[in-house]
Amino acid sequence: MSKKQLALVIDLNVCVGCHACVTSCKEWNTSGWAGPMPDQNPYDADPSGVFFNRVQTFECGTFPNTETIHFPKSCLHCEDPPCVPVCPTGASYKREEDGIVLVDYDKCIGCKYCSWSCPYGVREFDEVQGVMKKCTLCVDRIYDQTLPPERRKPACVLACPAGARIFGDIKDPDSEAAIAIRENGGYPLMPEWGTQPANHYLPRRKTKMTLHEDELIRADNPLKIEGELPKPPDGSSLDDYSSW
Amino acid sequence: MKPAFSVLFLTTLIGAGQGLLVALVTGQWYFVIGATPRQENGAFYAVGAAIALVLLGLGLFASFFHLANPQRAWRAATRWRTSWLSREVILLPVVMGLGVVYAGVHGFGIRPVLMTFSNQKSLDLTMAVGFVTAGAALLLYVVTGMIYACVRFIREWASSWTVVNFVAMGLASGFTVAAAYAAISSSPLTEFFAADALVLTLVALATRSYQLWRNWRAKSPFTLKSAIGVHHPQIRQLTQGFCGTSFNTKEFFVPGGKGKMAVLTAAFVAFGFLLPAVMIGVGWATGDAALLIAAALAQYLGLLAERWVFFAQGNHVQNLYYQARA
Repeated sequence: MSKKQLALVIDLNVCVGCHACVTSCKEWNTSGWAGPMPDQNPYDADPSGVFFNRVQTFECGTFPNTETIHFPKSCLHCEDPPCVPVCPTGASYKREEDGIVLVDYDKCIGCKYCSWSCPYGVREFDEVQGVMKKCTLCVDRIYDQTLPPERRKPACVLACPAGARIFGDIKDPDSEAAIAIRENGGYPLMPEWGTQPANHYLPRRKTKMTLHEDELIRADNPLKIEGELPKPPDGSSLDDYSSW
Repeated sequence: MKPAFSVLFLTTLIGAGQGLLVALVTGQWYFVIGATPRQENGAFYAVGAAIALVLLGLGLFASFFHLANPQRAWRAATRWRTSWLSREVILLPVVMGLGVVYAGVHGFGIRPVLMTFSNQKSLDLTMAVGFVTAGAALLLYVVTGMIYACVRFIREWASSWTVVNFVAMGLASGFTVAAAYAAISSSPLTEFFAADALVLTLVALATRSYQLWRNWRAKSPFTLKSAIGVHHPQIRQLTQGFCGTSFNTKEFFVPGGKGKMAVLTAAFVAFGFLLPAVMIGVGWATGDAALLIAAALAQYLGLLAERWVFFAQGNHVQNLYYQARA
């Protein structure tokens, strides 16, 4: 298992379901190393195409007591990825150095067996190139030395207007991602499979504040701006010199 | 899961081809152990093995249509340590190669005695090659079955019954083809093959029916709760996140729906097992070659339908994320 494990942490409490991560992902990756991500009939009745990231929407409860959950889903870069050992050619692999799961498009024969072995349904087949494709965590930009350091993040993370996506090394306890998981009850998807997904989700949280009536009325003078000025010390006790 | 015709043809054709090789070897062994004083000539085995090679070759040919980049198919032999698919890619040509050798030693009459046992029976080269060929063919059934049985995210497949059925149905179809072939050649093995084919067809019917029943009553233990990690008793999907279709809505779902599945299930039970069993039984009694040929053809078509149902019945865990399509 790799010492470093890059991953996304997605805050479901923040995500508003705007699909900015979906479009920025498609834009960056279709024109980059992982691309193109071709579409079939994009302007016709039955459009279809390759996306590495999708946002789905779920609803909990019964009307009117419902809650809407926007749920972005991309490759979770499992620490024990079930899609990798089943690949007959070795095209699917997990990088030792940073834990990213990738597909070597020059080795993939397009048998689709890896997609059967992914419980999360995050691998998508490119009909044109005839190879399996998936989220690369923007491996072509997170190490790009020509970009300023703060821009070396996956496209979806940079695009999220609400700041619902955090990128980092979850094995480094001081990283923003690890802290977010630790302090907000971050959880993996379908842990029962033992795949140990690296991507984590932060749950919906209630952000309520209880105010009592008297707290709304100014009852004291916290800054002491209207009070009498203290008398100057007369030097008769230690308190005269310590607290006034 | 969407049934891919390339894979349907691959698994049914090589299943019959392997079964035919196993049948020829057991037939030869039947004579070697002296069960009957009659004998069969080398040409019978050579032509039989050639028919098996045609079936295996057609299956191999069909498999290439499953690959989007068949020019790189050779790479699929590299990950045999971890991938059952890779193991199949290696073993299928091995079985074919052994089939060629088996046909060759019989065809050219190369039969030096390798061993003589105390009871005056001897093992010659043709029989030795036959045992190795049959062993490899049987192993190939297990490997093919494991490709599906090891996909733990498809509950209907992830069972040892998948492997059992691949062995049973493959052997049944192979022995039926062998019975038809023997009847055409007026071979003394006709009755032996027909009896075996009948038993194997009934065994396959039993094991496949059990798996069918098991899958019908199985309830999926997977819920949206752990799929999205929201522990609410009532979750419904509002949108899958896009209009139209994607790889995930095409590869993992079945075109046609439940009606088609019910029709094809009935069809495979009838044409794959019941009808061939009757025809083999009558053919065995009367020695009618035409009936045994018809049994082999009906069984092949029935097993094609069976394989379609096998795929269509597989319900992948990822479908949890596609409960509201569109």
